[in-house]
Amino acid sequence: MSDCSSCHGCGSAAVAELLRPAAVRTVALVGPPNSGKTTLFNRLTGLRQKVANFPGVTVEQHTGIAELPDGRAVSIVDLPGIYSLNPRSEDEQVAYDVLHGTRAGTAKPEAILLVLDSTNLARHLMLAAPILALGLPTLIILNMADDLRNRGGKLDLRKLSHELGAPVTLISARAGEGVDEVFDFLAGAMAKPLPTLLPMLHDVPKCREWAGVVGSKAGYLPPIAPKWTRRLDAVFLHPVAGPLLFLFVVVGVIRTIFMAALPLSNAAQMAIAISGKWIAATLPPSLPTSLIVDGVWKGVGSVLVFLPQVLLLFLFIGILEDSGYLARAALIADRTMARVGLQGKSFIPLLSAYGCAVPAILATRTIENKRDRIATILIAPFMTCSARLPVYALLIAAFIPDRHFIGSVITAQVAALLGLYLIGFLAAVVTARLLKSSVLKSAQAPFLLEMPSYRWPTVRSLGLRLLDRAKVFLQRAGTVILLVTVVLWVMAHVPYSGGKEPIEHSLAGTMGRTIEPLIKPLGFNWKIGIGLITSLAARETIISTLGTIYGMDPDSHGLDLQKALRQDLTPGGAVALLIFFAFAMQCMSTVAVVRRETGGWKWPILQFAYMGVLAYVGAFIAFHAIG
Amino acid sequence: MEKKTRSQNVRPLDKDFGRAHTKTMLQLSGNKKSPEALLASLVDLRKGDAAILDRIDMPTEDARRLMELGFVPGTRITAGNSAPGGDPRVFQVDGSEIALRRDTARRLKVRPDKHAKPDEPHKPLRTPRIA
Repeated sequence: MSDCSSCHGCGSAAVAELLRPAAVRTVALVGPPNSGKTTLFNRLTGLRQKVANFPGVTVEQHTGIAELPDGRAVSIVDLPGIYSLNPRSEDEQVAYDVLHGTRAGTAKPEAILLVLDSTNLARHLMLAAPILALGLPTLIILNMADDLRNRGGKLDLRKLSHELGAPVTLISARAGEGVDEVFDFLAGAMAKPLPTLLPMLHDVPKCREWAGVVGSKAGYLPPIAPKWTRRLDAVFLHPVAGPLLFLFVVVGVIRTIFMAALPLSNAAQMAIAISGKWIAATLPPSLPTSLIVDGVWKGVGSVLVFLPQVLLLFLFIGILEDSGYLARAALIADRTMARVGLQGKSFIPLLSAYGCAVPAILATRTIENKRDRIATILIAPFMTCSARLPVYALLIAAFIPDRHFIGSVITAQVAALLGLYLIGFLAAVVTARLLKSSVLKSAQAPFLLEMPSYRWPTVRSLGLRLLDRAKVFLQRAGTVILLVTVVLWVMAHVPYSGGKEPIEHSLAGTMGRTIEPLIKPLGFNWKIGIGLITSLAARETIISTLGTIYGMDPDSHGLDLQKALRQDLTPGGAVALLIFFAFAMQCMSTVAVVRRETGGWKWPILQFAYMGVLAYVGAFIAFHAIG
Repeated sequence: MEKKTRSQNVRPLDKDFGRAHTKTMLQLSGNKKSPEALLASLVDLRKGDAAILDRIDMPTEDARRLMELGFVPGTRITAGNSAPGGDPRVFQVDGSEIALRRDTARRLKVRPDKHAKPDEPHKPLRTPRIA
């Protein structure tokens, strides 16, 4: 995700060209949002896919390889979801350019897979007109066949195919039904569409009229309204029950992440401690052994322990998104967004910022208003991202007693975590308000949000999502965090004294003690100072750093991380540290992506300074208030 | 399956339709009864009410976007659920459900649907009549 953020001009297309055998066909996957395009993409390509950015722009490019039954491969480009081919937003411009073969670095597709929702065919057929007008071989894929059938809709595929002059197939990407026919098309001769009478493409009412006529000639009987969606909306959008359920979902997710993942994390921690001892006992005591055990194993291992919690968070986000509840949540939250001067469209990027700020900032490109977009980018890192979660979980487990707070449902620990999520959110809201009433004031754009029907999330798509996130997490642990940990270990051993001098006198110790006067008012000592410095790379690095330092310090060598922390921090200092992490922008990937998205250093520097000052002042107040 | 071209001229409003809105507009405009003041908008629909979209009072680009989502003049629109406080509200239009904020809904002018029965299920595939 963020890995390519610093090098967008790195010629990824050229690399892809080299990796791809010359004879491979490129096929573009096109369709409106909510047509099930991504589900089909996953069906066709499985795990053979990669995400990068289209060179020069911020639009994500999903490409994958579909393997045909005869062993040949087809490269599939998943284009952004579009309603029409009139280039207006950056997304639509990219789709337009790729389909016309005018986007540098992307080969002009030889064929098009057009995905439309069969339960809403008349409106979705509007997109068929500009796509067929391109004259490329096109397969029109009507998705959600199971929904259409269950809700009593039908149509004559042969007649529709005749009307459109192109092959038509009815599939269910979710159930995997009819996907063979898509493969058959990809393997076949791919004939150009026959000439048909198309409407004036720039006249939307005419296009809609054409789509209606084509639909009725093909005997399209639209399905009845989704009964369950209506029933569920009566509850989820009920004036009283709706907001209550919204709160229940938010609290429930946070509580489950904390409570359910704790035993898993503890088990992982135990496994790492035992295996660390085993390695230490097996290898001869030497400097390299110390690097492996204290540096790498304790450092990186203490971050890996939090994988279950992070995956659980993404599982919940996945369920909320795939089921269709997320759009309802956006609707309920819209008033709050409007009050701070942002539009409801900002809600979805902000919600995904609870996972990670980097994809959230990329997702702001759907906001057409430039000022709204910058405001959303600037507040996104305040949302409690998954990298903060390990830090919060560690400090809360170490310092907040496991007592009942409100009944037995919300313990003091859960309340503390909720509180941290809340102050991050409040900081974002207040900042947005300040920005939107001063430097980023603008007229409001119309707010449009499509409510998809509720659906059961499939194990397959959730699994793919989690696999993807686990890969990102492990990649970070294996690259940035490993590197920082090894560098820190080396710095903690320079100048080399053979373990006689305390770490305090090493290079790392000197670094920590240099900034100690600055952070003493917050209740932090030099060890925490080293952690704060390394966490500038990525937040969770503070854990690996402390793991390494405590592992080398004879005073805390045998202790686990929680006990060692309690020796080092007062409860006031712990709360100050939590507040500091809630506000500070300690993430190089985010800084890099903000610089790229806003086109300069002005906004990221301002943002970094603002969040830093807020973190310092907040931590100062917290430390002195609690004492 | 579709109703062919009905009368092309602007028909007078039903007596009760959008009365509150019209009244205020009349009061504001004094004696000058502009035809705009007589048109109700989506804001005047309560949950379950349906009407025919007449026109969109918006800059071309914004109006296009709305039309691509199904808000084509001549289409029947039914008001659905809303966020607490009635804003934004979900509208059933052309087989989908789209949420609009109040200040957007206000610019979508409607005329009454003569053939509407209360709570009649929405018909997604009605070819819109083009004015």
